Amino acid sequence: MEKEFTLLVNTENNIGLLNHLSIVFTRRKLNIESLTVSESKIKGIYSFTIVIKTRRDVIDRVAKQLENIIGVIKVFVYENDEIIHQELAMYKLPISAIEKGLQIESVVRTHNARVLNIENDYILIEKTGHKADTQKLMEELKPYGILQFIRTGRVAMAKPMKDLEIHIREKNAAYEILED
Amino acid sequence: METKTDLKEETKTETAKTVKGSEAVILSLLHEGVDTIFGYPGGAIMPIYDALYDYQDKIEHILVRHEQGATHMAQGYAKTSDKPGIVFATSGPGSTNLITGLSNAKIDSIPMICITGQVPSHLLGFDAFQETDVVGISMPVTKWNYQVTKAAEIPEVMAKAFYIASSGRPGPVLIDITKDAQNQFIDFTYKRVHQVSGYFPNPKTNPEKIREAANLINNAKKPLLLAGHGISIAGAEEELTAFVNKTGIPVGCTLLGLSTFPTRHPLYAGMLGMHGNYAPNIQTNEADLIIAIGMRFDDRVTGDTSRYAIKAKVIHIDIDQAEIDKNIKADVAIISDAKKALQQLIPMVKTNVHDEWLEEFKKLEAIEFEKIIQKDIHPKAGQIKMAEVIHQVSERTKGEAIVVTDVGQHQMMAARYYQFAHTKSMITSGGLGTMGFGVPAAFGAAMGQDKRPVVVFVGDGGIQMTIQELATIWQHKRPVKIVLLNNGFLGMVRQWQQLFHERRYSFTTLVNPDFQMIAKGNGIESSKINTRDELKNSIDKMFNFDGPYLLEVEVEQEDNVFPMVPSGASVSDIILEP
Repeated sequence: MEKEFTLLVNTENNIGLLNHLSIVFTRRKLNIESLTVSESKIKGIYSFTIVIKTRRDVIDRVAKQLENIIGVIKVFVYENDEIIHQELAMYKLPISAIEKGLQIESVVRTHNARVLNIENDYILIEKTGHKADTQKLMEELKPYGILQFIRTGRVAMAKPMKDLEIHIREKNAAYEILED
Repeated sequence: METKTDLKEETKTETAKTVKGSEAVILSLLHEGVDTIFGYPGGAIMPIYDALYDYQDKIEHILVRHEQGATHMAQGYAKTSDKPGIVFATSGPGSTNLITGLSNAKIDSIPMICITGQVPSHLLGFDAFQETDVVGISMPVTKWNYQVTKAAEIPEVMAKAFYIASSGRPGPVLIDITKDAQNQFIDFTYKRVHQVSGYFPNPKTNPEKIREAANLINNAKKPLLLAGHGISIAGAEEELTAFVNKTGIPVGCTLLGLSTFPTRHPLYAGMLGMHGNYAPNIQTNEADLIIAIGMRFDDRVTGDTSRYAIKAKVIHIDIDQAEIDKNIKADVAIISDAKKALQQLIPMVKTNVHDEWLEEFKKLEAIEFEKIIQKDIHPKAGQIKMAEVIHQVSERTKGEAIVVTDVGQHQMMAARYYQFAHTKSMITSGGLGTMGFGVPAAFGAAMGQDKRPVVVFVGDGGIQMTIQELATIWQHKRPVKIVLLNNGFLGMVRQWQQLFHERRYSFTTLVNPDFQMIAKGNGIESSKINTRDELKNSIDKMFNFDGPYLLEVEVEQEDNVFPMVPSGASVSDIILEP
């Protein structure tokens, strides 16, 4: 049965690594639902958050193949109940939306959104939350004529919080360095 | 063969020397003990070739006739020399011609380093003459690749290339060097690399898992050991024999595992898989324990995985963590180098015999001998059969030759009928099934060592895919013995058409050129036979000739390879006849 999985892939900062990762998914015809990359708390180590819909056995094999890529340090596979995750969305509406009856205060309060910018001709709203939440706000704003909508990929943290450095130390301990 | 390691010692002690990037490439190769390069020059790699001109006394460069040939030679060389094979090619078409060989080396875990020239860095991305994004193209088929745009990167990148290609599960590396980087000056110093961040090639063998495995082995009544390529890569052949002698467990070899265990050993059960032997395939589904070492449960070995090892617990030993549970679920997984795992297992397993279990193998072997082997190697009438040629070459060489094959029916026949007396004796394209591999790989194998004879079995289809390398063999004079088994068909495809497509021989008939004239045109001594009476003498003549030789044998046209596990069937549904 297909499920949504979130992969946290911790890597070195190597050119071409993203290409390498995507090849592993492409080979298996897996579509990437969402992808976010940022530097972790350790300088030079980057975290990819990748959302994939597939079967458990497939994702487990994919994770092992990702770990074989030179530059990949550690891959974690999570189901949705094992993580806290967020996405950020931005909505641009014409200023005329207010004339049409858009209640800015209600949007901000009920959706926990905020106004980022107001100009003569548009208003810019930001909301973070699960995809379903940002989607819900979009549906609500649609009648007022959304000029532009953009949403980031997912960022996620595992619930049982274990320091990445400990993970890396454990991984290193499982391997040895051989001089020839 | 003359060893060229003197300079390796010299350069170790030297201090920084100002050289061009191109010379830095050559000096790096010398630091790694390279004495042979297979390559083809061209515009973007000219500075490197210019640097090589001054080092001809230390490095032998083999001028191939097509870059694909260079990759297969490098692989044959890697297998016999235990060093990575080195390939030079230019940008654009030179580099794209490497892709088949890179794929072959990746899937068969062969260490190879390809150095490609690239257009100057200021032209990258401008569709310059002979510009190809070879780093992008080769990414899925290399273990690692990297584009050098500054000469200062060369020593460290070269050191990483050697380390990555050779360590852990070996594989091919491609280093693409822009022409301007080849021409820049740097202060050259070299330091070998034993660690690369984000690369974990040497797993520690988990003693707890070894205990669990030993426990299963000590309690098994019907154990079967599957020996793969990982055994020879790890150099664990002696440990394998010691383990088997102590535990009394029969051994089946994968195609690439052939010759890791002596064919004539009483516990040798034969080859596994689609055209393997009857007994180990049948017994895979009777065994109560499968011990798989350095193998990856390839689909040609397992057949239908849902009906594979149905009664058995599985111990899987492999250095590559991604192979565990990939095709067959392991009850005990040991992520380890095969040698280390066996060394730790041997003292923990009990001395044992499995007479009743082995008796079942003997019965099945007798069936296969009567129904197939006897008719294959000692036919009474009709045209020469592929198997009898292999058998006679095996007898003539006493199993001591290095056997190289191309891909197809003759490959399976060589795998089935050559009696390997020596370790590291089989060089074949397993995972990729690359037609055209055989002849260049055999030449490379002869370049990597000169103590043992090298004989290549090749079909009339495969030989034509890299036939231009006969000229390379002629130019560089290595005594490769080429046995061309000519049946006028693309035999393996024809066999499938006969068995599964109602004999609709769709484009598998070859109208061949005169191979004798081709051999002659390439300066290679040759002969052609088509009767059984001539066979022994012609094989003698081939081996007695001092130099490369092509023996063409016209064999039975519609000969089939049996037994066979039909595609999608279970291994125990192996058939002995159509």
